[in-house]
Amino acid sequence: MDTAFIAQLAAIVGPDGVVSNKTALSVYDCDGYTLEKSTPDLVVLPRSTGEVVAVVKLLHKEKIAFVPRGAGTGLSGGCLPVEAPVMIGTSRMNKILHIDLVNRYMVAQAGVVNLWVSNAVKSQGFQYAPDPSSQQACTIGGNVAENSGGPHTLKYGVTTNHVLGVELVLPDGEVVQLGGVVDDVLGYDLRGITIGAEGTFGIVTQATLRLTRQPQAYRTFLVVFETVPQATQTVSDVIAAGIIPAALEMMDNLMIQAVEAAFHVGFPTDAGAVLIIELDGLEAGLDPQTKKIMAICERNAAREVRLAQDEAERTALWKSRKRAIGAAGRLAPNYCTQDGVVPRTKVPDILAAIARISEKYQLRIGNVFHAGDGNIHPILLFDERNTEETERVLKAGREILQACVDLGGSLTGEHGIGVEKMGQMSLIFTPEDMLAMTQVRAVFNPENRCNPHKIFPTPHGCIDTRVPRRQASL
Amino acid sequence: MPQTNFVDYEKFFDCVHCGLCLSFCPTYVELGTEMDSPRGRIATMRSLHEGKFPLDAEVVRHLDLCLGCRACETACPSGVHYGELIESARSFIEEQYRRPLLDRLKRWTIDKVFPNPLGVRVFASMLKLGSALGLSRLARSDKLPQQLRSWFSMVPERGSVSSATLLEHYPAIGEKRYTVAVLSGCVMPALFGATNEATVKVLRHNGCEVVVPKAQGCCGALLLHNGNKPDGLARARQTIDVFNGLNVDALIINAAGCGAMMKEYGELFKDDPVYREKAQRVAAKVKDVTEFLGGIPLIPPSREVKKSVTYHDACHLAHGQNVRSQPRALLRAIPGLQIMELQESDWCCGSAGTYNLTEPAMARRLLDKKMANIEATEAELVVMGNPGCLMQIRAGLQQRGLSIKAVHTVDLLAEAYEG
Ligand SMILES: Cc1cc2nc3c(=O)[nH]c(=O)nc-3n(C[C@H](O)[C@H](O)[C@H](O)COP(=O)(O)OP(=O)(O)OC[C@H]3O[C@@H](n4cnc5c(N)ncnc54)[C@H](O)[C@@H]3O)c2cc1C
Ligand code: SF4
Ligand code: SF4
Repeated sequence: MDTAFIAQLAAIVGPDGVVSNKTALSVYDCDGYTLEKSTPDLVVLPRSTGEVVAVVKLLHKEKIAFVPRGAGTGLSGGCLPVEAPVMIGTSRMNKILHIDLVNRYMVAQAGVVNLWVSNAVKSQGFQYAPDPSSQQACTIGGNVAENSGGPHTLKYGVTTNHVLGVELVLPDGEVVQLGGVVDDVLGYDLRGITIGAEGTFGIVTQATLRLTRQPQAYRTFLVVFETVPQATQTVSDVIAAGIIPAALEMMDNLMIQAVEAAFHVGFPTDAGAVLIIELDGLEAGLDPQTKKIMAICERNAAREVRLAQDEAERTALWKSRKRAIGAAGRLAPNYCTQDGVVPRTKVPDILAAIARISEKYQLRIGNVFHAGDGNIHPILLFDERNTEETERVLKAGREILQACVDLGGSLTGEHGIGVEKMGQMSLIFTPEDMLAMTQVRAVFNPENRCNPHKIFPTPHGCIDTRVPRRQASL
Repeated sequence: MPQTNFVDYEKFFDCVHCGLCLSFCPTYVELGTEMDSPRGRIATMRSLHEGKFPLDAEVVRHLDLCLGCRACETACPSGVHYGELIESARSFIEEQYRRPLLDRLKRWTIDKVFPNPLGVRVFASMLKLGSALGLSRLARSDKLPQQLRSWFSMVPERGSVSSATLLEHYPAIGEKRYTVAVLSGCVMPALFGATNEATVKVLRHNGCEVVVPKAQGCCGALLLHNGNKPDGLARARQTIDVFNGLNVDALIINAAGCGAMMKEYGELFKDDPVYREKAQRVAAKVKDVTEFLGGIPLIPPSREVKKSVTYHDACHLAHGQNVRSQPRALLRAIPGLQIMELQESDWCCGSAGTYNLTEPAMARRLLDKKMANIEATEAELVVMGNPGCLMQIRAGLQQRGLSIKAVHTVDLLAEAYEG
């Protein structure tokens, strides 16, 4: 990029807010999805909405495409620059701007870390409900883009249920406020479609977040099973009994081993599967539900039911669950986390399919996932230095997604399409469907200059091979 | 570019690029630049190792800026040994990279002064002279430029420096339960003599017979953190030889940075056939003083200390050794003490060994943050387990003219045992 242009950007965000050194830029070449890499030509780090607007206006004038980036914990390559030379990072936009506990909302800049939101109001008995497992690092902007969920999504819903409003800078630099501090929406719910648009509508600079009361009490269980089918049957039975736990998570043997190696929380490494079940709400209501759940677990031959005895034990249990995917790094040099959804009654079928695919491609695949809402996360282990094995991982991943679709499910529960799954969109949508959706995008982003070549396969054809600036990491 | 081999290549693959460490890294949160995050630094080191990058000013800049606080290790689910990676990269930089002159001079001085007892004594006498002359007040003078003020703020307040040389042997007070050795350290005797004495007192009150081998010197930590591997290893070998032959239950350390390094002696000498086993034996005995006291049935102190205190987690205790609950439990055992919670208590204060000397600008930003959090507790004392943090935080308190005092955990404990 020419120096005059860099100087113009530096005049807006300060010289230390523009990264242009080649070596420095190389660390921006991927997010949590490491199978494909591409380095931006420039990274710009604004601190405020005003700075974002000025930067975006300049890019608009110069007709330069750009890509927003939060913490880069995404798992579908959403912030990978594909024919977008400039990356706009929100890491310096990390201030909480306003807290209103009476009206139960907070206004936070897009770069605020998810967990900071709950931490800021914890002592007053409040929380921000969406709790992705990456919450210690991922940003509100990234959550809005991916409509992120988490273990407690089962009862409390996903990001869109807890974001009241967003401030969005459109690709021409115009600032729009979508939604607000109250729930009622007049006209079309533009806030709603912006959440989950994977950063293809513009840059979210602020969000108004709903704060909710922390539950009065919890019951958190670790339930140990000899086999995976026993565990999945328990999941179905709990749901069928009309109980909605706050969370219902499952881990298979491979993941139990990873977690135990990492955190030494006392998970039985010989177990076939464990469930983490959490009930929350008013103290008075919890014991009857606890009894029902205990009975269901017993009926399904649970080997052991451990109830967390205090807040410290509960925290330890969640910490190990939330960091389980990362702990998979101890099992192999690399892993690829898949994300698919099936109707929750089909969880046993999809797990059986994954086991078959694991066998077929001779790959180790671990499972740790949101069993209560049928959102699976198979974790495919490999070594990226082995090209042939990496190929098998890509193929196996695609086959797993195909299996989800065949079971009446979908391609992604929460990690988004990004670049990773563009090729599979046609499994679910017709070309007409996709055209309709790109027309919606065009209302916000008519020139497709904000995060281009994402979600929908472009006329360039299959992005894997044709996009010139992008290479697989191998 | 040729591949370089400064560390076991496989170690890079522990990092799965998940980013969960980012918000725990002080330099990333301050600057927002991925190059100054743990994940970014690991990627940079890996490219350096693979020979994809030249070792240039840009690479060195981002690796220099790392505090070595190891908060990223606490955050990382994948078990990345970040400390080992950065230390290997640093020694590679020191071997291969020619720094600008001023930088070289600064680093040379640090290398020569700190691990050398004579050097420390000279440095300490200068500080003490400054202290006696009341130079610390200059830190608050608004007539001086900021840079000078921050130098004067390093001069301790009158009466806060003490030198003391420990005896070689102390009997237990009461029934003897353990025999322990104490590392007296290189900086401690000259600047924190009273804290060394307090360590011995507290141990004796807990039934420990204490031995302090005379021949000991610097453990090598400061040198190794700065990438001076040859000298650091030499110091470490000396230390191993001094303590290896002793028949003791534990080797007690009151400086977190030293303890964290000494626990890694085994790893450090794993390829050294002569030292491997000795190093492992010594490392296995190493315990921070609060870790040791927290692990034995404590004989609780009986004197009341009617003060309000707050606790700062030294990086090399909390992140480096996972010692967090023990010092807090010891404080709770002191009658009359009121304990306030410190926000972001395990956020680096900017001291980080000699970081405050090599990277003053970032050190200052982190100190400012720490000061604001300490002030907000309204405590009279801030307690911690590391001399580096004590110097840095005392400097910060002085510069702001705050009346809060910074003390070592054992200083306070000794007061509760003996008044
Ligand atoms: C170990 C691990 C566990 C995870 N667990 C979960 C989980 O339980 N649930 C879940 O839903 N996800 C999970 N994820 C995925 C990921 O953390 C989420 O998608 C998260 O929301 C991404 O946030 P980020 O700040 O890292 O965004 P990035 O990765 O930086 O970006 C993600 C997308 O958002 C866009 N974007 C970022 N900021 C903005 C903005 N301000 N305006 C517009 N667009 C923007 C980017 O362009 C990109 O398309 C996990 C990831 C990891 C590594
Ligand atoms: S160092 Fe650990 S936490 Fe950080 S990116 Fe690597 S694996 Fe993830
Ligand atoms: S050691 Fe500290 S400063 Fe260095 S990368 Fe880790 S967290 Fe950041």
